[in-house]
Amino acid sequence: MCPREIVVNEHKLDPILRSDRLPHIWCPGCGLGPAMACFANAIQESGIPVDEHVCVSGIGCTGRVAGYLNVDSFHTTHGRAIPFATGLKLSNPDLHVTVFSGDGDLFAIGGNHMLHAARRNVDLTVICVNNFNYGMTGGQLGPTTPYAAKTTTTPYGNPDGPLNIPHLAAALGAVFVARWTVLHVRQLQKAIAFALQKKGFTFVEVLSPCPIGFGRPNDLGDGLEEMSFYRRQSVVDDQAPLDSLEIDMSKDSTLVLGNFVDRERPVYQPMGTEPPAHRDRSVIYQPADPEVKAREAL
Amino acid sequence: MAGVRQPLEQSVLTTPRGQTYIIPQRCKGCRFCIDFCPKDVLEESTDINSKGYHYPVVSAGKEDACVQCTFCTLVCPEFAIYTEEIEPETL
Repeated sequence: MCPREIVVNEHKLDPILRSDRLPHIWCPGCGLGPAMACFANAIQESGIPVDEHVCVSGIGCTGRVAGYLNVDSFHTTHGRAIPFATGLKLSNPDLHVTVFSGDGDLFAIGGNHMLHAARRNVDLTVICVNNFNYGMTGGQLGPTTPYAAKTTTTPYGNPDGPLNIPHLAAALGAVFVARWTVLHVRQLQKAIAFALQKKGFTFVEVLSPCPIGFGRPNDLGDGLEEMSFYRRQSVVDDQAPLDSLEIDMSKDSTLVLGNFVDRERPVYQPMGTEPPAHRDRSVIYQPADPEVKAREAL
Repeated sequence: MAGVRQPLEQSVLTTPRGQTYIIPQRCKGCRFCIDFCPKDVLEESTDINSKGYHYPVVSAGKEDACVQCTFCTLVCPEFAIYTEEIEPETL
């Protein structure tokens, strides 16, 4: 019989985190931790050296991710994560630039940047954590708040409909569009790993509980109850029509998840310049086989 | 036993085993690991950490139940729990 739990001081993901900053500021039951863990695992799994990864964030709870990951990172001004990331990518095309930000940052104040980066098909990965409100500033109405949902600025219910983010990203020209919740950690990690190695503007929406800002006024309960809601009400359908992906979040509504779009478009390249000679990465995206790993270790 | 079919590779198949590691000081008591563990290995501690949260511990009698699915590692928002595969022979 093996011992029960072993108490330690270090996590095995700590090399890729700035562990001196942990515990992070996010509330108990927040989904940002799993989303960041999936991203950190995808970075490790990608085989790309950590030095070549860059994480760019805007402002908000999700914007904190750039500060907690031990990769080169950039905590930018509100909504401007994508322009900073575009500049980074164009000046050093060897970098793998990921924008990790929230729905309010990317689709409200940063909506125009999202629009044009996707249209140009800049080689970026955008991970958008959608918690249906502005969590850090006190749970105000955001562009993804579902219809009739209560927030501090819409105490009688939201009169607007929410943005259908995957539909929008696909319409703008993103070459890979996925949506997962923070409960679907394996699918999310796979989608992020796939997005990291795919050329062009790749987009992953991550649904996340915000128990304090959104869960409490909308009777969704704490983080655990919202995660259970995701487990009960999620339907995985990669072929779902994009215009049916609007989120309701009422008790018996369904959440459609999946990798909706995977297509090819010419990647943004300034006129008169050559695409960078990419190093051969064909071997590094193989799924890790425990047997092969064990053999290599010998 | 007559009539019971066995997989042909039964003799070479093994169930992975995991050892749970916990960092109690990081836990904020969200219970994701406890409620979503497919083998119900974890339960709340009776002790509290310095922030006042009940962190997860392995339930009595579940010492060998972890199958190294790593779901707790992935779903923990606080990077406070992980599992490592251990050799089945050592059990």
